[in-house]
Amino acid sequence: MDSARATRRPSARLWLAGLWLALVFIAAIAAPLLAPQDPLAQDLLYERLPPFWMAGSESGYPLGTDSLGRDLLSRLIYGARIAVIVALVAAFAACLLGSALGLIAGYFGGWADRIISRLVDIWMAFPPVLFAILLVAVLGTGLHSVIIAIAVIDWTRFCRVVRAETMVQARMDYIENARIVGFGRWRIMLSEVLPNVLPPIIALLSLEMGIAVIVEAILSFVNLSISTDDPTWGGIIAEGRLSIHQAWWILVFPLITLFLTVLSFSQFGEGLKSRFDPVLR
Amino acid sequence: MTAQPLCLSIGALSATLPNGDRVLRSVSLDVAAGEVHALVGESGAGKSMIGKALLGVLPPGVRQVEGSITLEGTRLETLAPAARRRLIGARTALIPQDPLTALNPSRRIGPQMTDRLTHILGWPAASARARIREMLAEVHIREPDRVIAAYPHELSGGMRQRVLIAAAFAAEPRLIVADEPTTALDVTVQKQILRLIADLQRRHGTAILFVTHDLGVVAKISQSVSVLYAGMVVERAPAPELFATPRHAYTKALMAATPRYTHPASSLQPVNSAVLAELALEVRAADTEWKRAHG
Repeated sequence: MDSARATRRPSARLWLAGLWLALVFIAAIAAPLLAPQDPLAQDLLYERLPPFWMAGSESGYPLGTDSLGRDLLSRLIYGARIAVIVALVAAFAACLLGSALGLIAGYFGGWADRIISRLVDIWMAFPPVLFAILLVAVLGTGLHSVIIAIAVIDWTRFCRVVRAETMVQARMDYIENARIVGFGRWRIMLSEVLPNVLPPIIALLSLEMGIAVIVEAILSFVNLSISTDDPTWGGIIAEGRLSIHQAWWILVFPLITLFLTVLSFSQFGEGLKSRFDPVLR
Repeated sequence: MTAQPLCLSIGALSATLPNGDRVLRSVSLDVAAGEVHALVGESGAGKSMIGKALLGVLPPGVRQVEGSITLEGTRLETLAPAARRRLIGARTALIPQDPLTALNPSRRIGPQMTDRLTHILGWPAASARARIREMLAEVHIREPDRVIAAYPHELSGGMRQRVLIAAAFAAEPRLIVADEPTTALDVTVQKQILRLIADLQRRHGTAILFVTHDLGVVAKISQSVSVLYAGMVVERAPAPELFATPRHAYTKALMAATPRYTHPASSLQPVNSAVLAELALEVRAADTEWKRAHG
């Protein structure tokens, strides 16, 4: 049991991922305190300054500046705000919508299942990024459109997993017992089935936060997300692409930030899953 | 019949699969109050299906199309679904086959055991907890507090089955359906569990519908027996009579196929093809008659 526990607990992964995510969250919350410069202040004298270890760097601009002379580190820190809001709100919205439909489809079966499953099939046939771009184009740019677009596209991910897991649980004898004891369907669904499908939901939720960050970055990259004034990681990447030959750091630093954040979300989810699962705990 | 009041009476019960095939073929049986009635048969003979029909938990697609189930004088078919649920919840309980899946892995043992008491019978939580502790002592669990606070995966299979037995008897049901309660257990534990069920049954005077494929178990625990084949009762008799003078060829064949300590294993006989052919004829005759009656 103890040895099983030790191998089940990916502690290093969980802690490293948690540490990076904590940094991102702190950056998002305390951006005005942490950012060395105003992220929007342009200074043409300081354009394309290299990061601190290269010749020609300036103190106060540790990761250098972009082509308009704005501090890259400050822009990354402010960009974390959008990333965190999108990750939390959009992923939770997708999770709620998808899990609710998945539970209903998996537990009630029959017509409910057929309708919801067909809906999922149709949904999955759309290329997600194009679907997102289309949705934002219809809804108009802005933070709320991005969040709605992500939730509307990605609920299927939750729905499929929760439906399958619910069907497995619904066949267990303890559900039969609950029916004999006289619990109603909704009560069984919420208090007997839901706790047992929670571990995969949590893992998926964390993964989805990473995906939401990527989708937001993609939308920013194609200039369909937030207004260009607000720094976003995707927006910075789009600008960096234009001056990749003169100033690689404008592209590389946001890419690394994005990569680490998405990776951490998925690893953190796996770690949480094994903690929440009573059988693995 | 005896003068004892009937606890359960099933009359001409038929259930069908979605394709119209019958899984139960006009099953009739009576269980007297406080009696252990065994349902014996090979797997797939519909033994468990009878229990499920009674408890109202038939698998999706299987429907009771005919017949009556009378529990202590109340015909279940005449009740509204909610009233039926309440009656079943209050008067019956299930000891399931597989103690590994019969407990919710994400809830602690204690609350799962009190569900029936608090939900159906409306007991206050405190007295339900006291009752549970009492029942755990009755099934010889030495550390009731540890078990009550445990999650199912922290207990062994035998312990879990004890917990389920305690929970089944806690609300003093009139009838318990024991669905192969020892099949999923270790051989060494099976005997203890069987003795425990028999013990509690006697002490509480509960009637039990005991589903099993093991004639050895039947001989030990039951007063009367129904032998099933393909959802059909082929023989129904008091247990001593059945073992002394089995009348149906299938019952004799089953007995010849049951290992005993006193006989060498080489004397075991598989159910022979003549008996099976005869059974197939009986099944066909029953189905033809049923189809004629139902168009």
